Amino acid sequence: MSVYSLWGSLEIGLIFGLVALGVLISFRVLNFPDLTVDGSFPLGGAAAAILIHHGYDPFVATGIGTLAAGFAGVITGWLNVRLKIMDLLASILMMIALYSINLRVMDAPNVPLITESTVFTVLQPAGLHDYVARPLILLVLVVVVKLALDWFFATQVGLAMRSTGSNPRMARSQGIRTGNMVLLGMGISNALCGLAGALFAQSQGGADISMGIGTIVIGLAAVIIGESILPSRRLAITTLAVVIGAVLYRFFVALALNADFVGLKAQDLNLVTAVLVTVALVIPLIKQRLRRKRVE
Amino acid sequence: MLSAQNLELTFNPGTPIETQALRGMSLDIPAGQFVTVIGSNGAGKSTFLNAISGEQTVDAGSILIDGEDVTRQPVWDRAHKVARVFQDPMAGTCENLTIEENMSLALGRGQFRSLRLAVREEMRVLFRERLAMLGLGLERRLTDRIGLLSGGQRQAVSLLMASLRPSRILLLDEHTAALDPRTAKFVLDLTERIVAEHGLTTMMVTHSMRQALDVGDRTVMLHQGRVVLDVSGDVRRGLDVPDLLTMFERVRGEELADDSLLLS
Repeated sequence: MSVYSLWGSLEIGLIFGLVALGVLISFRVLNFPDLTVDGSFPLGGAAAAILIHHGYDPFVATGIGTLAAGFAGVITGWLNVRLKIMDLLASILMMIALYSINLRVMDAPNVPLITESTVFTVLQPAGLHDYVARPLILLVLVVVVKLALDWFFATQVGLAMRSTGSNPRMARSQGIRTGNMVLLGMGISNALCGLAGALFAQSQGGADISMGIGTIVIGLAAVIIGESILPSRRLAITTLAVVIGAVLYRFFVALALNADFVGLKAQDLNLVTAVLVTVALVIPLIKQRLRRKRVE
Repeated sequence: MLSAQNLELTFNPGTPIETQALRGMSLDIPAGQFVTVIGSNGAGKSTFLNAISGEQTVDAGSILIDGEDVTRQPVWDRAHKVARVFQDPMAGTCENLTIEENMSLALGRGQFRSLRLAVREEMRVLFRERLAMLGLGLERRLTDRIGLLSGGQRQAVSLLMASLRPSRILLLDEHTAALDPRTAKFVLDLTERIVAEHGLTTMMVTHSMRQALDVGDRTVMLHQGRVVLDVSGDVRRGLDVPDLLTMFERVRGEELADDSLLLS
């Protein structure tokens, strides 16, 4: 594996670290199985790409992409909380609705960003290669987001959100408007995925209608890998774990695809993902069996 | 303090499994009174408590707490007036949150929640002080997950949590039923202590007739969604469990008589 592809997988891994943090909020904190991600990730990318293409400032474009995706998450939450549609179904409805919306936003199946300035070209320090600068910029961003989430979940509102996912009946009896907490959490979760999509489009040279396919699986894979290598009940540790999980996942994928003797090709990506998630899911079970054997 | 008038509530109306849970339930509780509630399964005890807390909205009737009509208010809007301990020890706490986080949630019951840190040092002092009165050593385990505690310990913490913030009425729904006899006694003693200490207006549902007569100042028996017996003062002091059973049988007998009339 070349140094170039190492930096490359760190870059994409960190972008998916943001997705993993979003998925952590929906699946783990709120207990809301949310597939909106497959639509909100490309929505963030599509909105940012088309705005940059039309000459908007890349930071403004990224911000708008993030907000649009967050709004999509709020709608999913609203379908569930107010219209009483089952959580998984509500998110699937939103996901397929977003497919059409994303095509409308881009007005084409893809929007290339080749010569336009992006957040990465603006922030790139002189004397660093772009393939090194991008992961470093992303690293700073992901650390900031992680710390912000840690702080949020330690506040009164954050704690109210955690209790909503953990025991909604108890939360309500403590005066917490659990419905609003779901809307807020879904908004933050999908905003993070939209931010990831916006950055992905700017790092990979454009937005594409198919860029969202499987995002939720990668996000879940990162969460599951992270939780199995760094198991903890403390949320501040878990937020770190899922980011590491996302980066590790990209390394594994790069390793698998780059190892010529394995004979895998780029189109095997989703199969590799499925195998990796399966392995990560089985690890705790194997650990448990080994421990039991040792006890005997 | 609490005034419930002619509450009506029917589950699954118009279906074969239609159940009339509350049929004209009325009860007034003055401030500071400790009422115990008994009744057979399906008498409407839990439904009544749920109606007061807002988890169930009644079809008809009115509920006033402290003079304010709360009949149509959702649970969270009346949370500042109503404190509650559930029958299931798992139901009253968030098992993957720590003891101090659970207590912080309860300290904020019915209050505006801001972006300030949820657990601050001055709160920890209060939490430790309150936990110390349990004598379970929990004051040294503030950052332990509450899921690590036993059912009895969790129920004791739930009681403390219910008294962290002032309430107009405390609802206890068979909160000792899921515990072993010794732990149940511990939690019941704790209940009496906390209620006396804070002068709480309390309604306790219980399955034990002994408990219903020994604890509190007034006993109410429910049957088929309404109050069929209401004793306090000297009359109550003169009652024993067999008397209560006789009264219970008499109520049931009348119901049988009614049915035979219907069938004839």
